[in-house]
Amino acid sequence: MRSYLIRRIILIVPVLLGVTFLIFAITQLFDPYMRASLYIRDPRQAKNIESIIRKYGLDQPFYIQYFRWLDQVLRGNLGWSQSAHMPVLKALITYFPATAELALYAIPLTLIAGIFLGKIAAVKKDTAVDHATRVMAIIGWSLPSFWLGIVLLAVFYGGLGIFAPGRLSVWAENLVLSGKFRIYTGLYTIDAILNLNWPVFLDALSHLVLPVATLVIINVAILMRVMRSSMLEQLNKTYVIAARARGLDEKTVIDKHATKNALIPVITLSGLLTAGMLSGMVITETVFEFKGVGYFAAHAATQLDIPAVLGFALFAGILFVIANLIVDILYAYIDPRIRLG
Amino acid sequence: MLKPKAKVEESPRIKELKFILRRIRENPLSIAGLTIVIFFTIIAIMAPVLAPPRPGRDPYMIPRYGYTPEPQPPSPEHPFGTTQGQYDLYYGVIWGTRTAYRIGLLVVSVSALIGILIGGIAGYYKGVVDEILMRLTDIILAFPGLILAMALVVAFGPGLDSITLALILVGWPTYARLIRGEFLRLTAEDFVEAAKAIGCSDVRIIFRHVLPNAIYPLLVVASLDIGSIVLTAAALSFLGLGAPEGYADWGQLISFSRNWIIGTAQNPFAYWHVYTIPGLFLFLFVMGWNLLGDALRDILDPMIRRR
Repeated sequence: MRSYLIRRIILIVPVLLGVTFLIFAITQLFDPYMRASLYIRDPRQAKNIESIIRKYGLDQPFYIQYFRWLDQVLRGNLGWSQSAHMPVLKALITYFPATAELALYAIPLTLIAGIFLGKIAAVKKDTAVDHATRVMAIIGWSLPSFWLGIVLLAVFYGGLGIFAPGRLSVWAENLVLSGKFRIYTGLYTIDAILNLNWPVFLDALSHLVLPVATLVIINVAILMRVMRSSMLEQLNKTYVIAARARGLDEKTVIDKHATKNALIPVITLSGLLTAGMLSGMVITETVFEFKGVGYFAAHAATQLDIPAVLGFALFAGILFVIANLIVDILYAYIDPRIRLG
Repeated sequence: MLKPKAKVEESPRIKELKFILRRIRENPLSIAGLTIVIFFTIIAIMAPVLAPPRPGRDPYMIPRYGYTPEPQPPSPEHPFGTTQGQYDLYYGVIWGTRTAYRIGLLVVSVSALIGILIGGIAGYYKGVVDEILMRLTDIILAFPGLILAMALVVAFGPGLDSITLALILVGWPTYARLIRGEFLRLTAEDFVEAAKAIGCSDVRIIFRHVLPNAIYPLLVVASLDIGSIVLTAAALSFLGLGAPEGYADWGQLISFSRNWIIGTAQNPFAYWHVYTIPGLFLFLFVMGWNLLGDALRDILDPMIRRR
């Protein structure tokens, strides 16, 4: 296991270099004056753009520039975001808790719903339940997330007056920013629990319902289908027949034997799920004015705030690579054929 | 005297096509998909008849009937009503179908061509070339697609052309991977060995022997891709990175509705048409292509199909 781990971790170095190189390649589309904004930490530095161009070698060949840029990125300097009026890294850190809070609810719910529905569809193959989940999958797969968000808002917020956009209601926001409410994590539901403040907890939770529902509905489809086919494959294996022949009841056969093995491909898919979630965050956070990194990036994109968008893309790329690494390690841990093969 | 009709042996490709068509007819979901796709194709082709553009104007620019912000409900003059700024919604969704098709078909065909070229080279020549080209696809696939596309659109400057180009740059690696896999599999087959033995050139082997056998999996991926490409393009338009205001584009029309989610005091759904109609067009279009692609995959998958 250890040698597999080391091998797998060494392997991500070239991928991460490639990811940074691609982002760097995009910066080369701009002239040196534009590119200078990628190195600035403070707008006052803009007065002396010539010295920045000289300092980072922006008029030098691309490989020299790449290493100087990479050096800055590794030091955490992603440039100045004009739309957020702060350095890009600081903006990403500021906006991240909101995204983390969405992910905290959306990812487990998607996994639970996908695994559960896929399992039922396989066990009840060719019944009404199976057909219903198939239709659900096709719909979820084809729904534009931004449209789904708007329709949900129109029905629940516009029509019923519940589940407003944003992260908190005005009164709750004032309370949270007043200083009487201690911020531990930036995830308001968790902070509210730690502060033992139930009204804020319920308020934060009610603002999470619609964006989380949107992310789950959009992302659950693929998971459900993979779980279904994987489960069907397991149910046709001889060990299942053997288990039944030994007289085990159907519940034990399905839950203890087949489901466990059927979960393996689903784990591989969770890497892809992370990508779907990250893309989904950009749209969902924008529609619901939920101020996370996706909202920040989409807002920056419309303002043509290049350092912010590239910084976010780099952040998303690295996060995705790490997620895939974790998935691979989990996979190897569960399935000995991978780590020994 | 009647001559007995000579029985013409059909070529295997015609047989394959007939088989596919028969399987589509047997599955209600495939029929639904095909019907939706045909419906939208007719709308796209007939757009100048269904919604005649004003003479001398760019037909893709939606005509405006005033400047008041409040959307107007459907009426005899405007069957689907108007959006904010009095753009005719009916005209917008009809010509928006053409915009969707233009982006979807262009991105898929160019991505597939680049994918065939790069994947073909990698899978046919193998070795170092393969290694380098595949690491390149790894890097692009290391990003969530929408996010990389967004960064590229911002870099190129907003607009539909930038969206098209960005989606091609993000989309080709999938095709390259697929074609490479097929080439690796097929070049190991005896018929390729035989072609080499009788002295066929590399070009002839690639185009006459290997590529035709790799085309059906490509078709499946392409048909499944059209829906998701149109969806991503609409998402980028929705974010405000697409065409200029007033261009017939579903994503933009949906973004117009963002300010009208809350209705009036009397009727909470007073502006239902501004989000429902363009959204339904986009949703049905994507679903039609997904259903068709899904059906094609089931039919062409040798593990599932039964002759």
